[in-house]
Amino acid sequence: MRNTAMNMVHKLAARDERVLYIGSDPGAGTLRAMSKEFPKRHLIEGISEAHIIGMSAGLAMEGFVPYVNTIATFLTRRCYEQVAVDLCLHNLPVRLIANGGGLVYAPLGPTHQAIEDIAIMRALPNMTVICPCDADEAARMMERTLDWKGPIYIRLGKGGDAIVSKAEHGFEIGKAILMRPPGDVLMVTTGIMLQRALAAADLLAAQGIRAGILHMHTVKPLDTEALLQAIRGVKLLATLEEHVPSGGLGSAVAETLIDKLGSGLPAMLRLSLPDRFMHNYGSQDSLLKKHGLSAGAIATSIERTLAASPTPSPQLHST
Amino acid sequence: MIQISPHAEAALTCTLDERSLYLRRLVLGSVRSAGRGHVGPALSLIEMVRVLYDDVLRIDPQNPQDPHRDRAILSKGHGCLALYALLADRGFFPLSELDGFCGSDSILGGHPEYGMVPGVEASTGALGHGLSIGVGLALAARMRDRSYRTFVLLGDGEINEGSVWEAAMGAAKHGLDNLVAMIDYNKLQSYGPTDYVLPLEPLADKWRSFGFAVQEVNGHDVSALRTVLKQVPAVPGKPTAVICHTVKGKGLPAAESNADWHHKNKLSDSELDAIRVAVGDF
Repeated sequence: MRNTAMNMVHKLAARDERVLYIGSDPGAGTLRAMSKEFPKRHLIEGISEAHIIGMSAGLAMEGFVPYVNTIATFLTRRCYEQVAVDLCLHNLPVRLIANGGGLVYAPLGPTHQAIEDIAIMRALPNMTVICPCDADEAARMMERTLDWKGPIYIRLGKGGDAIVSKAEHGFEIGKAILMRPPGDVLMVTTGIMLQRALAAADLLAAQGIRAGILHMHTVKPLDTEALLQAIRGVKLLATLEEHVPSGGLGSAVAETLIDKLGSGLPAMLRLSLPDRFMHNYGSQDSLLKKHGLSAGAIATSIERTLAASPTPSPQLHST
Repeated sequence: MIQISPHAEAALTCTLDERSLYLRRLVLGSVRSAGRGHVGPALSLIEMVRVLYDDVLRIDPQNPQDPHRDRAILSKGHGCLALYALLADRGFFPLSELDGFCGSDSILGGHPEYGMVPGVEASTGALGHGLSIGVGLALAARMRDRSYRTFVLLGDGEINEGSVWEAAMGAAKHGLDNLVAMIDYNKLQSYGPTDYVLPLEPLADKWRSFGFAVQEVNGHDVSALRTVLKQVPAVPGKPTAVICHTVKGKGLPAAESNADWHHKNKLSDSELDAIRVAVGDF
C-alpha cells in the first residue's frame, strides 16, 4: 500500500506540476525515480516535522499541492499544532501520507504505533481522514486527492495487505462502500479491518448469521447517508477499528447515530484496541489477535453480543 | 548574560518622530477601546513594521493578493496592534476598524487572522510557526521564478521554540536569500528578561551558525532600519537575519522594559494621562 501511494505521488507529479513530495528522512531510495525526473519537486527536509508542516503550508499558499510523508506518529503527535494551525486553520491542500497507521510498526513499540491518530486528526476542523484498505484502493484514493479542497490525513497500512477492494466500487472521498449487504448484523470498518471483517462475515455465515459490511474508508467526512441506509433492519451494528476506543470510527459512528436517530439507537458493539499503549511487540497481526480483532475473535464477539441483544428499536425498521 | 550591544543602548535613548508617535496613538487607541491588548510587544515592533510597510515591501493595498507582492508574516502574532495600525494607515482597511479591536464582530482579533484581515498573510499567535511558512513562501518564489521577497517578524521569546531553528536550518539548506527573518529583540518576554527565562546569547552567532547572514540594528532607528532592509539579501545565496535591538513598550515610559505591560487589561485614568503626555492626545 505504501509503495503504491508513493508511486502515485510520482504519477500525479508527472501530470500536475503543483504536486510536490516532501519527506522528512524516509527510507533510502524513497521515490528515487521521481527524484530523478522531478528533482525540484522531490524534497527531503530532515527530521523536523513541525517545520515541514509549516513549510508545506507556505508552499500550498502559493498554489502547490504538497504530499508530506513520514511515519504516522511523527506526522500527528509531533507537529499537531502545526497541522491544526498551519494546515487546518488556513484550510490548505496539504496531504499527509502517514506510514504505518495503527499497529504496523508493532515490533518498534509504542512510540511508533499510531493508535489514536484518527481521533486527533478527526477532531480538527477542515481535516479529512482517509484509511484505505489495500494497495488498489490506495491508488484509486490518491487519484481523488489532487483537487480535494483542504488538508487530508491518509492512514496507510503495512503493504502486502490482501487485495479485497474492487475497481467497480470506485472511490469517492466521503462515500462509503457497501462490501456486503446488511443482514442481522452490519459491520462498519475502516482501513485494513475490512479484510478481517470479510473473513469474520464468512465465519458468521457458517453459523447462519448474515453480516453486512460497510467500508468507511473516509472517517471524516463520515458518509452519514450510507450509514443510515445500511443499518435499516439490522439487529446489531458493530464497528471495527485498529485504534483506541476514543474518537475513532466507533465514536464517529455513534456520534452520527445519536445526532440523527436520537434515542432510537441500534444495539452497538465497538471493537477496538484498548485504551492503553501497547507494551507488546510481535506483529500487527499478532497484536490485533491479542486484542480481539482477528476474524475469529470478531465473529465470536458479534455472535455473543447478538445472542444477548434485545429486539432492535422501531426506528431501525423505519424507511 | 546579555551582551550589551551599542544598538541596544541606542534603542533605549533614541527619540521617536511624529509618525512613530502617531502610530503609537493608533495602537493605544485600540487598547483603550478594547480594554485590553499586548501593549509592550506592539510598541517594541512599531518601527520595524513601519519601515517595512512604508519603505521596503512592494505591496499595493488595493490589490492585497497580487501574486508578485512581497510577503510579510508577523510570526509574533501578539504584536498585531502594530501591524493593524500600519495596515489601516496604509489603506488595507479603514482606520475606524481599529476601534473594534477584539470586538465580537471585528475583523481584528487579539492575534491576526489570514482571510479576515486584508494584508495579513498568515494566521499567527501560536509561536514558532511563521518562519517555516516563510520558508515555504520563499521556496515557492524560487520554484515559480518569482521575484517577491518574504519577511518574517519574530519575537525574541518566540525563538525559544525549537521549530524556529528547524526552519532556520531549512532556509539555509535551500539558500533562500529571498527570505528575511527580523527579530524583535526587546530582551523581555512575558515572565521577565530573556536571559532569565531562556538565554539567547550569543544571538547573532546563533543565526550565523545556522547559515544566515546577520545584521544588527537599533530597531527604533527608522533610518538605520531602512538602510539595512533595503540591502537584503545581506549576502547573496544566504537568508538574512536582522536582529533589531528594541525596547519593550518603547515610547511609553511606564511600559518601557516593564513586563507588567506585556499585556494590559484596562488602562486607568492616570495611565491614559501618562500616555497622552508620552505620545500626544488620542
